[in-house]
Formats: sequence, structure tokens, C-alpha cells
Amino acid sequence: MYFAIVFLPLFGALITGLGGKRLSMRAAQVITSSFLVAAAILATYAFIGVVQHNMAAGEGHGAIEPIKVQLLTWFSSGDFKLDWALRIDTLSAVMFIVVTYVSSVVHIYSIGYMEGDQGVRRFHTYLSLFTFAMLMLVSSDNLVQLFFGWEGVGVCSYLLIGYYYHKDSANQAAMKAFIVNRVGDFGFALGIFATFLLVGSVDFDVIFHGAEGLKEQSLMGFDAVTVICLLLFIGAMGKSAQLGLHTWLPDAMEGPTPVSALIHAATMVTAGVFLVCRMSPLFEMSPFASDVVTYVGAATALFAATVGMTQFDIKRVIAYSTCSQLGYMFFAAGVGAYGGAMFHLMTHAFFKALLFLGAGSVIHALHHEQDMRKMGGIWRKIPITYTYMVIGSLALAGVGIPGVFGFAGFYSKDAILESAYAAHSLAGNTAFWFGIIAAFMTAFYSWRLLLLTFHGTYRGDKHTFDHAHESPAVMIVPLALLALGAIFAGLYAYEWFFGHDRFAFFAGAIAQDHHDIVDKAHHVPEWVKLAPLVVGLAGIATAYLVYGFGNLGPMLSKMFMPLDVLFRNKWFFDEIYDAIFVRPALAIGRFFWQVGDIKIIDGLGPNGIAGRIAAGARQIARLQTGYIYHYAFAMLIGVVVFATYYLLVVGL
Amino acid sequence: MFDTWPLLSLITFLPLLGAVLILVLVGGKDDEGSATTARILALWISGFTFVISLALWIGFDRGTADYQFVEKVAWIPALDISYHMGVDGISVLFVLLSTLLTPAAILASWDAIKTRVRDYMVAFLVLETLMVGTFSALDLFLFYIFFEAVLIPMFLIIGIWGGENRVYASYKFFLYTLLGSILMLVAMLVVYRVGGTSDIPTLHQNLELAANVQIWLWLAFFASFAVKIPMWPVHTWLPDAHVQAPTAGSVILAGVLLKMGGYGFLRFSLPLFPDASLALSPLVFGLSIVAVVYASLVALVQKDMKKLIAYSSVGHMAFVTAGIWAFNHQGIDGAIFQMLSHGIVSAALFLCVGVVYDRLHTREIAAYGGVAETMPHYAIAFMIFMLASVGLPGTSGFIGEFLVLVGLFQTSIFTTACLATGLILGATYMLWLYRQVIFGALTSDNVKALLDLELREKIILYPLIVLVFWMGIYPKPILDITSASVANLVQTFQAAVGG
Repeated sequence: MYFAIVFLPLFGALITGLGGKRLSMRAAQVITSSFLVAAAILATYAFIGVVQHNMAAGEGHGAIEPIKVQLLTWFSSGDFKLDWALRIDTLSAVMFIVVTYVSSVVHIYSIGYMEGDQGVRRFHTYLSLFTFAMLMLVSSDNLVQLFFGWEGVGVCSYLLIGYYYHKDSANQAAMKAFIVNRVGDFGFALGIFATFLLVGSVDFDVIFHGAEGLKEQSLMGFDAVTVICLLLFIGAMGKSAQLGLHTWLPDAMEGPTPVSALIHAATMVTAGVFLVCRMSPLFEMSPFASDVVTYVGAATALFAATVGMTQFDIKRVIAYSTCSQLGYMFFAAGVGAYGGAMFHLMTHAFFKALLFLGAGSVIHALHHEQDMRKMGGIWRKIPITYTYMVIGSLALAGVGIPGVFGFAGFYSKDAILESAYAAHSLAGNTAFWFGIIAAFMTAFYSWRLLLLTFHGTYRGDKHTFDHAHESPAVMIVPLALLALGAIFAGLYAYEWFFGHDRFAFFAGAIAQDHHDIVDKAHHVPEWVKLAPLVVGLAGIATAYLVYGFGNLGPMLSKMFMPLDVLFRNKWFFDEIYDAIFVRPALAIGRFFWQVGDIKIIDGLGPNGIAGRIAAGARQIARLQTGYIYHYAFAMLIGVVVFATYYLLVVGL
Repeated sequence: MFDTWPLLSLITFLPLLGAVLILVLVGGKDDEGSATTARILALWISGFTFVISLALWIGFDRGTADYQFVEKVAWIPALDISYHMGVDGISVLFVLLSTLLTPAAILASWDAIKTRVRDYMVAFLVLETLMVGTFSALDLFLFYIFFEAVLIPMFLIIGIWGGENRVYASYKFFLYTLLGSILMLVAMLVVYRVGGTSDIPTLHQNLELAANVQIWLWLAFFASFAVKIPMWPVHTWLPDAHVQAPTAGSVILAGVLLKMGGYGFLRFSLPLFPDASLALSPLVFGLSIVAVVYASLVALVQKDMKKLIAYSSVGHMAFVTAGIWAFNHQGIDGAIFQMLSHGIVSAALFLCVGVVYDRLHTREIAAYGGVAETMPHYAIAFMIFMLASVGLPGTSGFIGEFLVLVGLFQTSIFTTACLATGLILGATYMLWLYRQVIFGALTSDNVKALLDLELREKIILYPLIVLVFWMGIYPKPILDITSASVANLVQTFQAAVGG
């Protein structure tokens, strides 16, 4: 069953990929989608199985051995041995659910969204291939196989961002995504090497069992565990678009919208969070590394929210929002609330995929218009989409009635902020306050998006407005399914991830104990528990003030001119990177080539000598064979010297 | 079953016999009929050789580090020089690589070569004999003949069937290689003198040299192998040679000839001069680091497809040298694997360039764009080789790079970190190449008229795709072959430098 969950998407991709034009476009879509739905059904069984097993064992049992499925030996070189194997524990089971559900929904949605596109076979093949790589990532039993999935999702992301390959901007964005991720992978790879050097294996079980032994060790003068954790975290920062390595994510919106929902919101970008949770036994041993994770997460949460408030491309707003929410997950993990991080990962997957697919529905309705300045007042035209977008936004803003009911984000975001507060450390406090400010901004940009898109007066092309239409059922039903997740996922899963069942639920899949941060988070002051909701509502109210009754946006922009310029230009990261990395690299490359190779090496070497010989050589009519003779002659002389020398010296 | 056959000699000299056969049968006419006969004969001969060489794979004993399929016949008894052939886990796979790529090269030249086809095919078959001989020779003298003679057919291939600037390129090739080989010849004489034999296995066991002597001899051998592989700064012949060589010439050059340098390091430098190898490892690391960064940055600004891939080879080969100098199992396994993988992937990339060059007769990157639209199958094949080249896990490129870095990390963390920047830079130039050629808007009329892969091209490329994935997903059978010999090499080396 576990094998089938992971490999069904691959088989689907292989059938459509190898089948090519022999399959009709519809057949390709149906095959990949049904394989995915089958995987999702199996994943449900698997999840229920794991949870029941863990719950039945109860919390007294502590860690439960994960289920292992051995597939094949990968390679063995000396004492480095590695298998292809699946590891099923709570962490992978949760990710199975998230990945297969969102992926199924996106597969089906795409049938409607990509209608009329000639490349849908390719599109669905990539989607399934991506899903396979993602499932390999989350079910890996060792760091290297995880890296296989990690790079695999990266390639699929690259292919899908660049799906419209005739567009230069799409190609640019695809390349950027891959290369920025490679910067992260550079750290990840070194982390793997360091782990092998110190532990002698990259299997998770061996690493965790050997973790105690790492305590006293050092690597290049630094604490070994800290070095490993930080290197792995660099990888996580790339994949999860954390501050510094985030620049690829907004550009990735060049891909078709379903791709943004699946890869750049719900699954791939959360891989970094997953990695930190998977490696939580190590991170727990390094307070310094954990603090770094907290600070980076907090900074990203705030930074991305500031940019999100000023963007006009509907997808970019959601992209920055994703970046910001990933920051929340990281600082949750940083303060030790791995369950909280996974909780938010799960809820976020549903409501963010919902928002993206809803935005896709808007874009679909408006003939590929993405600029919110050319939207407005279209809720009457597409009321169903509007409803789902509101649900998604409520979940994102974390709205709820304490003690009664809340949308998904209400539970998970609160859990994270309470944990940060409960940490009572400088890092934790920073994260808490950054998180609170970002929560205000989150609610603000969510309603700014809703108001600019759906309310007020329409500001675009009249023809487009007249032809705006609600999306077909094949797109609406997927929205409904995700909306269910966005509404109920928080309420129903709270106890498992963050409540009293968390020990039994995770059963050792993440690091947690009875006096950990989650325990303290349950006992924070009442105002801390209410603060996220209050600032969320305040954000919504502010958005209404600014955009609800006419548009005060431009006026605010003028008032906060320097900030607005900074935010709107995304803090100039792209420009800075271009100036300090891209241009110098090209200039140095040109210098090495023209001066290093041609002027210096060739000039002093072959060409210098060539100049002198060339005159004589030109007289030989068939130049090239002339050299052959020279060469053969030289070799012959060599042989003669060889023989002669020994005949003389050895005296034969 | 194969025990009694002179299998290695058969594999080595069958192509040479075939070459003679072609010369006899086809005669000197340069018409289409004799050209076709020459092509078909060459393909059959090289294909047959490949099939026979598979017996090495099947019959190879994975459990021992000893030389296998050994043939030893006294040749010049007075000088104790013998015709000694044999393979171990380090060399056997390179023999297979040679016999695999030769038919691919011949098939790739099917339509592209129109003049003096007979001579061309003869040159390739002779080349195959010399390549296999190089990797199988167990006598210093025999090795030298094969190793150096390889250059003659390669010269002819570049010089006669090459591009517009072929004279300069072959001249450069000649100059560099000559320099290296003269030094190596002198060093070989000394080794022979001191060791009292030219028998390589005997030398491995008995040769003991003072450290200062080792240094000089090491440097002399190094000169030859460093040019071959090539290492910075003696790499500048490679881009020119590749650009001027016909497609099949590049395939063999990148696929097999560069590997002779790495093979030389493993067969001679480490076992014969262990102390010097250890003492001079900073030099090797330094040159490798420079090569990766330098070649990758230069590759980034190339305008010619072949030049770009040539520079990428310099970067990839630096992983090989660094891996060998890790002096441990993973590093050397990785180096060998990287050479095999690069042999297939770079050969395939040059074949891919050849596919569009045959159609448009330009290698200029800017002349393309939007090829995915007209050649979807080609785009997929190119994509897979491109990803293998950047070391994507699941492809052959990953295993080599990964093992090299794992091994190297145990020896020098600093070098590992510097080399790992190649992962970023390598992705950058390959993705850029792919984007410019395959993606983008379809504007050029020439590109609009392109036809997708024909059957012959699929027959060449698709098996290589299978190999790339097989070596990436299940490389165990290959590493099983190298295992015993590499373990033995590492053990002997460590004993020599430790004791």
C-alpha cells in the first residue's frame, strides 16, 4: 500500500509521458488524475492506520517504530551503504495526506483551468511526476533519498514554472528558482557530508540514535550538531523561500496557477519545514541553530508581509503571503513547537491552495488578467469563487470565536504565536512580536485583495467584464473540497498536533516531551491567546477603511513614501543580488576567458610558440598531416631512445 | 567458458582487423556506394566488438582485486618487455565505455561525414583498438604505445574532418600532448630502470622509491595525465579541439580520451608514487578548485554550444582529480563513477549538439531558441542529459559527484566546500544553455523548419538515456565491480604512506 501511494503518481506520469500523442489529451488528464485520486484514497487508509495504531498504543509507549518498506539497494561504496526505502510514521503519513489531497484536487482543477491549452499532456505529466518526487521526499528513510525527492521536486518546479516556455519571463523565473534553490542545496549537501563523516551513516534511525554521541564532537572548531543543523537549514531556507533565498518564489508565479497552488503554496515550499521537523532530534540539541531558525523565520514572516501589502499582482500577493506563513512555521519549529509547525503546514496547505485556485478561477474568468488594479466589483459575476476566496481569507487571517469555532488558521497560527511567547527567550519574543505585526498585515493584505478584486467598481477592460463567467464544475468542486479543509482542519486536528493527544499522535516522529514549549504554550496569559485574533480583526477593519469606501491606497502610499517604495520594490533584493552576484560572475567569466585563457595561457603557451613555427609550417601544403608526421616521428624517436638507452645501459 | 579465450586481445584487435578489412574491401573510390559499404562494415564491426566486450561484464569476478582475463606473452624477452594484458575493477569499465561509444560515434557520423568516408571509419576503428589497448595494457611499454598512438587517429579526425579552424586546433592538441608525453616517457625510463621491469603489476608490488625521486617522477607523469584529463591551466586545447572536431570526434574525445588521464592517475601516480601523491595533494586540490570555479564561470559566457560543454568538462573532470586525491574508497569510487557518467553524459550532450548542427550547420547558441516547439523528443532527451550533467539525483551524474564529495569531505572540508560551488555554477550554465537553445519564442525561420529526431538519432540517444537513469537509480552493479580493486588500491596506498 505504501509503495502504491508513492509510486502510483510516477506510473501515471510514465504512462502519459511515454504514451505521448498516442493518448488523447483528455485520456492523459484522466489517467494521471485517477492515479492520484487512488493514491489519495490509499493515503487516507495509511493515515488512519498509523493514527489508530499510535492512539491504541497510547502515549505511554513513547516512540513507536516507524513502518519500513525496503525497495532496492541504491549504492554502496566502502562503508557507505544506502537503500531506497520508505519510512512511514506520523510525519510522513500527515504529509501523504496533504500532498495527495492537494495534488488530486489540483489535477482535477487543472482539467478545467488548462482547457484549450495544447500542452496539457505535458502539464499533467509534470504534475504527477512532481507528486511522486514530493512523496519520495516525505517518506524517505535517509537524508540522501530525501535529497533525491528534494531535487526532484525542484526540477518539476523548474519545468512547471517554465511551462509557458515561449515566454522569456517564465524561463527566467524557472531558471532563477532552480539556481537559488541550488544555493540552498549547496548547504544541504554539505550537511549530508558532515552527517556521514560524524555519524557514519545517513539513515535517520542511525542519526537519531547516534545523536547523543555527537554532543561533544566538533567540526572545524564548531559544535558538530550546530554545524550540521545550520547547513541543513540553509537547504531548508532555499526550498521554503526564507529571507535571503526567497527571491525565486514570487517570480515562480509565472507558472500556471494550479502549479502555484500545489507546488508554491501547499507542498514543495513546505519541504524545508518538514526537513527541520524530521531532523528535530538534532535541532533540539543545538539551541544556537534553533535560534537562527527562529530569527530567520520571524524576519521572513514580517518581511514578506510588508511586501505583500503593496503588490498589485493577485498571485504575487498570495505568493508573499506564502513566504510569510512559511516564516511562521519556521519560528514555531525554532522555538521547539514542531507539532505547531506541522499543524500550520497542514492547515496552510488547504487554505492557501484554496486561495490560489480561487485566484486562478478569477484569472480564468477575466481572460488571464492578474493585475488587481484592473479588477473590482466582480463578485456578482463569480459569486461562488468569491465565497471560497472569503473562506480562504478567513482561514488565513485566523478568524474565529474562541472556544466555539475557528477557521483553520485560527488554531494553527495561535498555536505558533503562543509557543513563541512561551519560549520566553529573546528569539521567542522577537518571533512573537514580529508574528503579531505580521498577523495584522496578513489580515490587511487578505482583505485588500478581496476588496480590490471583488468589490468597488470594475476598472478593467469592459469586454472582459462582460464576458466574465463563473468557472465550470470541474474547477469549483475542487475549491469546495479545499474549503472544507480550510474550515474544519484546524478544529479537528488541534488535539492531535498541539493538544493533549500529541504524544500518542506523533509517537516519536518529532522531538517533544512533557515539559516542552507546547506544554508552556497552553499556559500563556489570556491576552496572548487573544492577541492574534484581535490584530487580525484590526487588519480586516483597516483594509475596509482604506479600500472599502473608495480607495485610500494611493494616498497612504504618498504618506509613507519611503516605506512604500521599499515594500513595493521588495526591499530591492533582486537588484542587489544582480549587482553583487550575477553581473560580477559574468564579468569574471568573461575576464577568465578572454584574458586568462586566450591572452595568458594560450599567449604564453601554444600561440607564443605557434607564432614562431607558423611561418615555416605554412609552406607545407597539407598542414594537418604535416603535424601528424611530426607527431608520429616524435613518438618513433621516443621508442628509439627507449630501446637505445637500454641496449646501451643494460648492455645487450 | 571464456577462460580459455584471449578475450581482451580479441576486443582490442577486432576493430583493427575490421579496419584492415574495410581498407581491402572498399578500395580507394570516394563514391556513395563504397561510402555506404564502409559505414555498414564499421558499424557491424564495432557493434560486434561491443557485444563481445559484454563478456567482460558477465565474466568479471567481483570478489577479487586481481587482474582478470590476463594474457601474457614474452614480447622482447631481452628487455623483459612482454605483451601483458589484463583488467581489474578500475579499468574494465573503461574498456566497456570505449566499446559502447564507438558504435554510437560511427552511427552519429552516418550522414554528417560525406568525404573520405572509408578513411574516416578506419580511423575510428583504429582509435577503438588503441583505446581498449590503453585500458588493458599491463606493461609500461605497451601502455605507452597505445596511450600515445591514440592521438594519431584523433589528429586525423580533427585535422581532416574538422571545422574551419581545424589546423590551429589540432596543432594546439599536438603541442600540449607532446610536452606531456615526452616528460612521461623519460619518467617511464627511470621507473623501468629502477624497477628492473616494465611489468605494471610487478612494479606496483616491488617498486620502492625515495620520496624526492618520487616527486620528480610524479610530476612527469602528472604533466601527461593533467593535459589529458585536462586540468587547469593546461586545458585550453580542449575547447578548441571540441569545437573543431566533428561530432563523433567530440564524443570519443569527451567520452573516452579524457578518462585516460584519470585512469593514468589511478594506475600509475597513486600506486607507484604514493608519498609524492600525498605530499603534492595540496597542488592537486588547488588546481581542482581553480578548475571548477574558473571553467564554470568561463562556461557561463560562451556563445558556442560545444565550447560551453567543453568548459563544463574541465569543471567535471576537476571533481575526478579531487576525488582521486581524497585517497579513500568513496572518493575514488566517485572519481571512477564520475568518469563513466561524464563519458556517457558529455558524449550524449555532444551528440545532441550534433543533431541540431547537422540540420542548421551552426553551433552558435544565439542562432537557436524555441526548438522545443519543433523538436519535442529532442528537447526531452537534451533535458535529461542536461539534468544528468548538473548532477540531479536519480541520474548517473549525481552518484559520481556525491561520492567524490562524500569522500573528499573526510579529507579536506575546505576543498569540498569550494568544489560544491560547482553544483550551483554548473546548474547555471547548463540551464542557461538549455533555455537559450530549447526554450524561448520560436522566431528564426531556420528553427521553424527543424525536423524532430529521426530513427537513427533515437537509436543512439535513447539507450544512453536508459543508461543515465540506470546508473543513477541502481548503480550498485557498477560499484560492485570497482569495489575490490578500489579497496585494494586504497589499502595499499594507505599502507605505503603510513608505513
